[in-house]
Amino acid sequence: MTKSNERKLTIARSMAEAVAQEMRVDPSVFVMGEDIGPLGGVYGNTRGLIEEFGAERIRDTPISETAFIGAAVGAAQDGMRPVVELMFVDFFGVCFDAIYNLMAKNIYFSGGNLKVPMVLMTSTGGGYSDGGQHSQCVYGTFAHLPGMKVVAPSNAYDAKGLMTAAMRDDSPVVYMYHKGLQGMGWLGTEAGATVHVPEESYTVEIGKAKVVRQGKDVTIVSLGMGVHNALKAAKTLEGQGVSAEVVDLVSLVPLDRETIRASVAKTGRLIVVDEDYMSYGVSGEIIASVTEHDISVLKAAPKRVAFPDVPIPFARVMEQYCLPNPDKIVAAWDEMKAA
Amino acid sequence: MSPTRDEQHWMYRNMVTSRRFEETIAKIYFEGKTPVFNMANGPIPGEMHLSDGQEPVAVGVCAHLTPEDVVTATHRPHHQAIAKGVDLDKMAAEIFGKTTGLSGGRGGHMHIFDPDVNFACSGIIAQGMGPAVGAALSRKMQGKPGVAVAFLGEGAVNQGAWHEAMNLAAVWKLPFVCVIEDNAWGISVAKSTATSIANNADRAAAYGIPGTRIEGNDPYAIYEAAGAAIARARAGEGPSLIEVETYRLAGHFMGDAEGYRPEGEKDALFEKDPIPKMRAKLLADGVASEAELDAIEAESAARVEAAIKFARESADPAPEDALTAVFAA
Repeated sequence: MTKSNERKLTIARSMAEAVAQEMRVDPSVFVMGEDIGPLGGVYGNTRGLIEEFGAERIRDTPISETAFIGAAVGAAQDGMRPVVELMFVDFFGVCFDAIYNLMAKNIYFSGGNLKVPMVLMTSTGGGYSDGGQHSQCVYGTFAHLPGMKVVAPSNAYDAKGLMTAAMRDDSPVVYMYHKGLQGMGWLGTEAGATVHVPEESYTVEIGKAKVVRQGKDVTIVSLGMGVHNALKAAKTLEGQGVSAEVVDLVSLVPLDRETIRASVAKTGRLIVVDEDYMSYGVSGEIIASVTEHDISVLKAAPKRVAFPDVPIPFARVMEQYCLPNPDKIVAAWDEMKAA
Repeated sequence: MSPTRDEQHWMYRNMVTSRRFEETIAKIYFEGKTPVFNMANGPIPGEMHLSDGQEPVAVGVCAHLTPEDVVTATHRPHHQAIAKGVDLDKMAAEIFGKTTGLSGGRGGHMHIFDPDVNFACSGIIAQGMGPAVGAALSRKMQGKPGVAVAFLGEGAVNQGAWHEAMNLAAVWKLPFVCVIEDNAWGISVAKSTATSIANNADRAAAYGIPGTRIEGNDPYAIYEAAGAAIARARAGEGPSLIEVETYRLAGHFMGDAEGYRPEGEKDALFEKDPIPKMRAKLLADGVASEAELDAIEAESAARVEAAIKFARESADPAPEDALTAVFAA
């Protein structure tokens, strides 16, 4: 049912809108990255910006991630608020020093005397057979290293509000958007990500998770694309008489452990869904957040539905075999119940 | 372009202050580290990279800079920090890991950050380049005065980060100067072993920018070349590259046995110590009297002594302060 005043936007359009609105009021905000100018970003998230703001503030860069991310750090320390794009998060391999040794550490190294207000926006995720260097999430890799806030929107409302919050933050924010939620037809968009987005500028709090579906039997925690898989699984479970609560992390750093713990305290069961690699990552951290706090709330051992510890395979059947999906979440519940 | 009398006095004063500072640090560094050398012990723990011999580069360049200009330095930053006007008390305290240090002991000697004079470091080779180029971009975009200078060692020029950032500075025509301190050694690896060309200034041609090499660790020649490059940057004409032949009179780090140096190299370098050379020149040119130079030296020594006293007497940080300042307040 379409509501009056409803204004559905894709994540790509809501990101661009947030940036445009902030650029209109804050001359220190500018964007740089590969193909973010006339092309409008490979994922559409800077579309229309160069027409309004020009090539000085919407800067196409050479293919030099180390240089332009390092430059963003220097510009941020000098009073600007750069929004830089790392086209695929997989490319962090060529520029991680600028990210985790400069961007993430310079506030600390200055004893808090410097601000590093910058946004590193980067695409994540697979599912469209792009192979092992263009399909990763590596959420855990970024969230593991101190000094960076990390957010990952699952829908266009949060995408806009998080982008505005990120641009106003005096610390570096890694903004990880999932390609499959972006609203680019050619990437096979998840429809649930395209939602009503208010026209005016607003923020979504960084570090606050959201209970996006109430339930009482099991808590499913996820982020980005995983939230949509969790919601679909919850619907299936509802048909079986199981009431699943779904928590959208929204942010990985700071991590809203309170919301997770409160939900699991209520349901007594926990399934974590993560498109990142299984081991040493987000899924383990979420479970530890609950178990080290109060293991007595758990009625069953927690379960993980995550990408197995292998590089992302190309062949469709192999990649789909590895990716989380609603059926795997329902299966995790079945195992939990049987145990 | 030649330095004025006042500038020459300033250059000499900062060279001497830097050398006294390093000599004092070197002495204190071994407190608690003998007879068994353990880097973790003593009032100054950790690695220590001294800049003895490289002072002409710092003063020849920084003589043209004001506090609003931006400098990024390396793992060997003390001479540049002093010449840029970083607070000496707070820098010494940072090196001692004290609560009064520039970052309250969170950074240490390879991470000297003083936003008041726009000075920053990275201990990772060539990674000062990006932030310096970005600061230059910031000034250009904001229409604010100021240039950015990245100091690097000659080994840094073989890092990808260096080439990426040089290209970015050139293609965007930024107010940026890259200054390479060629001390001939990347820890133990000779420049001739590691670098395919003798003169890194030649690499400027690859980016369509001016490149100059200065021989002889000569503060006057450095002053002249840096003056031209910085004036060009201030005029909006784009970046430049300067390579300076300089001498590392100390090891790569304190405790370096320097077995890789050819026989006699160190002695020959000390013969060319730039500080007595500049002193002699100031006297010969009639730019300073013995008394004036003696006074400068005494003042430098007193300045260093005061900074070290401040550092020694300052309190250690509260251990739990380690958990603060991860994010902006």
